[in-house]
Amino acid sequence: MSKCHVTATINGDEVEYLCEPEETLLDVLRDQLFLTGSKEGCGSGDCGACSVMLDGRLVCACLVLGAEAQGRKVETIEGMAHGETLHPLQEKFLEHAALQCGVCTPGVLVAAKALLDRNPDPTETEVRYWLAGNLCRCTGYDKIIRAVMDTAAEMRGN
Amino acid sequence: MAPMDGGGHDLKWVGKRPVRPDGVDKVTGRARFGADYNMAGQLVGRVLRSPHAHAVIKSIDTSAAEKVPGVKAVITRDDIPDQPPEPVTVGEMSVNFSDLIRNVLAREKVLYDGHAVAAVAATSAKAAREALKLIKVDYQPLPHVLDVEEAMRPDAPVLHDNLFTEGADPPADKPSNIAKRIEFTLGDVAVGFEQAEVVLERSYKTEPVHQGYIEPHACVASVTEDGQGELWCSTQGHFVVRAICARMIGMDISALRVTASEIGGGFGGKTVVYLEPLALALSKKAGHPVKMVMTRSEVFRATGPTSGATIRVKIGATKDGRITAGEAEMAYLAGAFPGSPVNPGCMCAFAPYDLENVWVVGYDVVSNRPKVAAYRAPGAPISEYAVESLIDEVADEIGMDPIDFRLKNAAKQGTHAAYGPKFGPIGMIDTLKAIKESEHYNTPLGPNQGRGVGSGFWFNIGGETCVSLNISEDGTATLMAGTPDIGGSRATLSQMAAEELGIDYDKVRPIIGDTSSLGYTFLTGGSRVTFSSGMATVQAAQEVIKELCARAAKIWDIPAEAVTWEDGEARPAGDNAGKFDPLSLEELAASAGKTGGPITGYASINAQGAGPGFGTHLVDVEVDKETGRVTVLRYTVAQDAGKAIHPSYVEGQYQGGAVQGIGWALNEEYIYGDDGLMQNPGFLDYRMPVASDVPMVDTVIVEVPNPNHPYGVRGVGETPIVPPLGAIANAVSHAVGVRMHELPMSPPKVLEAVGGAANGAGD
Amino acid sequence: MRYEAPQTLEAAVGLLAEAGDNGRVLAGGTDLLVQLRAETIEPEIVVDVKRITELRTVSPEDGGFRIGAAVTGAELGEHDGLRAAWPGVVEAAELIGSTQIQGRASLGGNLCNASPAADTVPALIAADAVASIIGPNGRRDLAVADVVSGPGQTALARGELVASIRLPSQSARSADAYLRFIPRTEMDIAVVGAGVNLTLDGDGRCTAARVALGAVAERALLVPAAGDAIVGSTLDEAALSQLAEAASAACRPIDDKRGTKIYRTKVAGVLARRAAEIAQTRAGERA
Repeated sequence: MSKCHVTATINGDEVEYLCEPEETLLDVLRDQLFLTGSKEGCGSGDCGACSVMLDGRLVCACLVLGAEAQGRKVETIEGMAHGETLHPLQEKFLEHAALQCGVCTPGVLVAAKALLDRNPDPTETEVRYWLAGNLCRCTGYDKIIRAVMDTAAEMRGN
Repeated sequence: MAPMDGGGHDLKWVGKRPVRPDGVDKVTGRARFGADYNMAGQLVGRVLRSPHAHAVIKSIDTSAAEKVPGVKAVITRDDIPDQPPEPVTVGEMSVNFSDLIRNVLAREKVLYDGHAVAAVAATSAKAAREALKLIKVDYQPLPHVLDVEEAMRPDAPVLHDNLFTEGADPPADKPSNIAKRIEFTLGDVAVGFEQAEVVLERSYKTEPVHQGYIEPHACVASVTEDGQGELWCSTQGHFVVRAICARMIGMDISALRVTASEIGGGFGGKTVVYLEPLALALSKKAGHPVKMVMTRSEVFRATGPTSGATIRVKIGATKDGRITAGEAEMAYLAGAFPGSPVNPGCMCAFAPYDLENVWVVGYDVVSNRPKVAAYRAPGAPISEYAVESLIDEVADEIGMDPIDFRLKNAAKQGTHAAYGPKFGPIGMIDTLKAIKESEHYNTPLGPNQGRGVGSGFWFNIGGETCVSLNISEDGTATLMAGTPDIGGSRATLSQMAAEELGIDYDKVRPIIGDTSSLGYTFLTGGSRVTFSSGMATVQAAQEVIKELCARAAKIWDIPAEAVTWEDGEARPAGDNAGKFDPLSLEELAASAGKTGGPITGYASINAQGAGPGFGTHLVDVEVDKETGRVTVLRYTVAQDAGKAIHPSYVEGQYQGGAVQGIGWALNEEYIYGDDGLMQNPGFLDYRMPVASDVPMVDTVIVEVPNPNHPYGVRGVGETPIVPPLGAIANAVSHAVGVRMHELPMSPPKVLEAVGGAANGAGD
Repeated sequence: MRYEAPQTLEAAVGLLAEAGDNGRVLAGGTDLLVQLRAETIEPEIVVDVKRITELRTVSPEDGGFRIGAAVTGAELGEHDGLRAAWPGVVEAAELIGSTQIQGRASLGGNLCNASPAADTVPALIAADAVASIIGPNGRRDLAVADVVSGPGQTALARGELVASIRLPSQSARSADAYLRFIPRTEMDIAVVGAGVNLTLDGDGRCTAARVALGAVAERALLVPAAGDAIVGSTLDEAALSQLAEAASAACRPIDDKRGTKIYRTKVAGVLARRAAEIAQTRAGERA
C-alpha cells in the first residue's frame, strides 16, 4: 500500500513527509524528522513520554497516526526554548533539580506548559492530576510539582 | 587531603546545588538516550519470544523467515556458542555464564513467557515483523510453576535437571527448584528466646515488582569484517556489558567499544544484558549495524524484576523493650535461573539493630518467571519489610512507642552485625531521632488514618573505578568518569573536582567515557558512584595539583615541596612564602607546553570503605474502609548521607525511593493467568504511582561523615527504598486496626482485611 | 492498511460499507492505535472521522444536547452548558485516561470500543442517552443501553457508525453523577463504575431514578431495582442500603487482573450509593 503524503506545521515550520498509514506521529517525529526529544516509553498512551501539542491540545504522539497530522500544527519539546532562551519551565526544572534520569522530562515539560498556558495559577492538586499521565520513576514527583508551581508563580509575577 | 565538612574549611562547591552539566540537554530534548542513536545503514532487529511459560524447544525452522525480502540475518541458539558453567559477577549478583546465555536466547527449553527464542535483522520493521511470524518453533509444553512455595514442593515441575541445592545438609540427591540454602548465625537464638518476655512470630509474603524505568532497553551494534565491534546502549555499566558480550560473541574485550547512552532509569535493572549480545550477533551475521529497542511489553515479560518472597520472622523481646533474639527464614524467587538477592536479603534483615542473637536462613528458588535483576538495594526491602512489620507489632505488644523501641535496639558504632562486620560511625540513631523530633511525628491524625514508621539498612559498595581529569590550555578542565550518570553524578563529580582544583564548577566539563577511553570501571550500582568515582575524582585532581605545583616550582626554580595549592593557584610556601606572585591554574595551563607538556590526572582505584546507609521513614495513610483504598497523606524520610555533595540530588534519591516503595507496598504486582502468561505487561495494569497518587515527600538529610571518603560521602541511592514497605504496612495496619502480612496491600486485600476485622468484632 | 479522512458522513459510510469487516473507524484513536500496535486487529482501511463537522460538534437540541461522536473528553469538559446540565456524563468522560488521552478520546469511541468497563457508558445509560447511527440504509436511533452487546461487540451493522449521541433535556430538580473505583487515582481502567440520574420533588423526595453500573458484567447494566429502591424516598439510610444491595445483586462480574467478583460486587453497591448521594445534592441545589 502506498505511503501517505503529509504536510504539517512542526514547531512553526512547514514540514512535508511520507509515512506508512499505520506509522504513528511519534515514529515520524523520531525516525524521519530526527526530533528524538519525544520518547517512546510504552507506545500505548500510558506514560506520557511522547507528549506533544496537536492543534493546541496535549496528546500522546504514540496514539496519533502520522497521517492524521495533515494540515495540523504540532509542537514538540524541541520547540519549547526560543533561540538561546529557555522557557521558564525549563529553567525551573534545572534550578529545582526536577529531573534525575531525564527521560520523562521532555514529556513532562510539554504537558506542564500546556497546563500553565491555560491555568496560570494551578493548585498542587491540579498540577498532580494534570500530570498524572506523565510517569516518572526517579523523582517521586516532588521536585517536578514544586518546579511547576514555582514557574507558575514566577510567570504570574509573584 | 580534601577538607572535611566541619573541619573549619569553607566549601565552595561541595554541599551546594549547582545546575547539572547535562541539564540543558535534558530539558530541551537533545540528550541522546538508548533509542535516540542511529548508525548509517542500520537494520531493525526484533526478537521472537516464547508464548509458553515452560516448554521444550524441539526444533526451530527459520528458513521461511530468511526468505522474506529485506531480512538480512536470523539468529537462534545455534548462533551463540554454549559456555561452561562458570560464576560471573553481574551487578551485585553472581550469575552462571551458561545460564546467562540461555536467558539471552533460549536453548533446550523456554522457561518463561517472553523468553527470547530467536532474533531477526531486516531493512524495515515491517519485514522484521513478518519474518518473526514465519519462524516455526516446535514447542513441547511442560507444566509450569510460578509461586515460591509451590516451586519448593517435592512434586513441583523442575526447571533444571542439573540443579542440586547448594548448601543443603545432607547434600541434595536429586534436582529441585531450590538452588541454594544459606544461613547466618550470631549468638544463640535459643538462649535469646529464653530471655524474652514477649515472642511473636509471623509469616509475610511479597510479590515480584519491576524496576519500572521509563526508558525501554535499547542498543545499536556494529561488528565489522575484521572483528571490531561498536555498541551503543542504555546501561548502568558499559564495561560489564563489554565483558559479557565479548565473551558471548567470541571477541577480544578490547575489540569491542561500548558507549553508554544517556540512561532513562535503571534502578539495577540495566546491570544485565538482554538485547546487546543479540544485536552484536545479528550485526556480525548481517554485516550491517543493527538497532534493537524493546517494547514495554517485552520489558515487563522478559527483564527485571526483583524477587517475590515468603518470609517467616520471629522476634523475642523483654517488656522494657530490649530485643533478645531475631530469627528469619526466607525464600526468594530467582526467576528462571538461580541468583535471587536472597543473600543480601538475609544479611540485611536485622542489620539496623544491635542484637546478640540472630539466626537467618534463606533459599534461592527458581520458577517460570523472568530471571530477576538487581532492583535498588536488592533483597533488602523484602526481608526488612517483614522484620520492620514485626518490630512494630512487638512495640505495640509491649506498649512502647515504635521509635523508642527502635532507639533502644538501634545499631551504632561498634555494633557487630549478624552478617559479619563491626560498624564504624553510622547514622541509624540519628535518623530515628530526626523522625521523632519532626513536626510530622508530633501532628495528630484524623479518623481512618494511621501512622507507620520503618527503618532500613543497605551496605553500599565501592569497587573498581577510573577517572581522568585533563587540564585544557585555558585552565578549564575535562573530567571523564566510567560510571554512567543515572541521576546527576556528573554534577557531584564536577563539584568535587572544582572544590579540589579551586576553580569554578562551570569550568569543569564532565563526560562519561566509553570503554576504550578509561580502564575497567564497575557499573553504576550499589550506591557507589558518588563514593567511588568521587574518590577517584579527588585522587585525579590531587595528581593534577601535584603536577601544577611542580610546574610552578620549575618556573620559580624552587623545590616542588615548597609550593602549595590554595584557592586555585600555586603559592610559594615555607621559606619562599611571599617571594613570588602566585600562579593561577589558567597561567600554568597556558605555559604547560613549555614547562613539561599537558597537565593531566588519572586515577584507577578499587574504592574501599563504603559507609553503610541507614534511614527511617514516617508515613501517614488514610483508608477508605468501604473500598479498601489507601491514600498516602504525608511522608517524611530521614537518612544518613555521610555528606550530601549536591543536596537536591540526595533529596531526589530519598523521594524517588520512597515513591517506588509506595508502589511496591500498595499496587504493583505481576498478574499471571493459569496458563503462566503475564496478563499485565504494560503501565496500564502494572500500577506504578502517578503524580496524583502521592504527596510531597519531606526529607531530612542526616550527615554522619564516612571516614573513608575525602568528603565523608556514603551512598544514598538504594537505602531509600528499604524502609517504605514496612512503614506503609505499619501505617495501614494502624489505620484499619488489623495487621496485614502481604504485599501489595491493594484495595481488594485491604477490604478483605477490614471486613475480617469487622466480622471478628461483631462475633 | 489504508488511511482515509473523509469530509462527509456519506463518504465515511461509503468507505466503511465497502470495507465490510475490514474497516475501522478512527476517532480519538486511544483504543484503536493500541490494538493496531498489538496486532489484535489488522484492518485494511482506517476511516478517520474527525474531519466531519457533525461528528466534531456539540449543539443544543430540544432542551438537551447532541454531541458529535468524535468530540473529545477535554472538549466536553470545556462546554459549560453541557457540564451544568449533565455533570455526571461530563465527569465520566473526563475520567477516561490522562490529560493527553482527554485530548483525543471521544464519547463515540468509548461507546463503540464496547469495553464493559467504559466510563461514559453507565453515565450515558443513566442519562437515557440515545445514539444516532448512520449506515448504508440511512439513520436510526438506538438507546445507548442497547448499543453494546458484549465485550468488543456492538449492535452496529456492517458499514454503520455512531454519528452522535443525544442527551435529553434535564428536568428541574434532576441531576446525574458518576463514580468509578480504580486502584490508583488516575490512569486505570474502572474496576467498577456507577452512574446515577435522579429527580426530586419539592420535598426532596425522589420521583425517578436510573442507576447504571459498569465493569460488573459483560456490558454496562441498567439496574432498575436499584433506581426503584430510592424512588419515593428522601434517600434515607434504608433506601440507600436497598439501592446498594440492589446494585450488588445485579452484578455478574468476572475475576480478572483488575478486580475480583467479590470485590466488584461489594464496591458496586458502595459506589452506586455514593453516586446517588452526589446526584441528590446536585438536584437539591437546582431546586
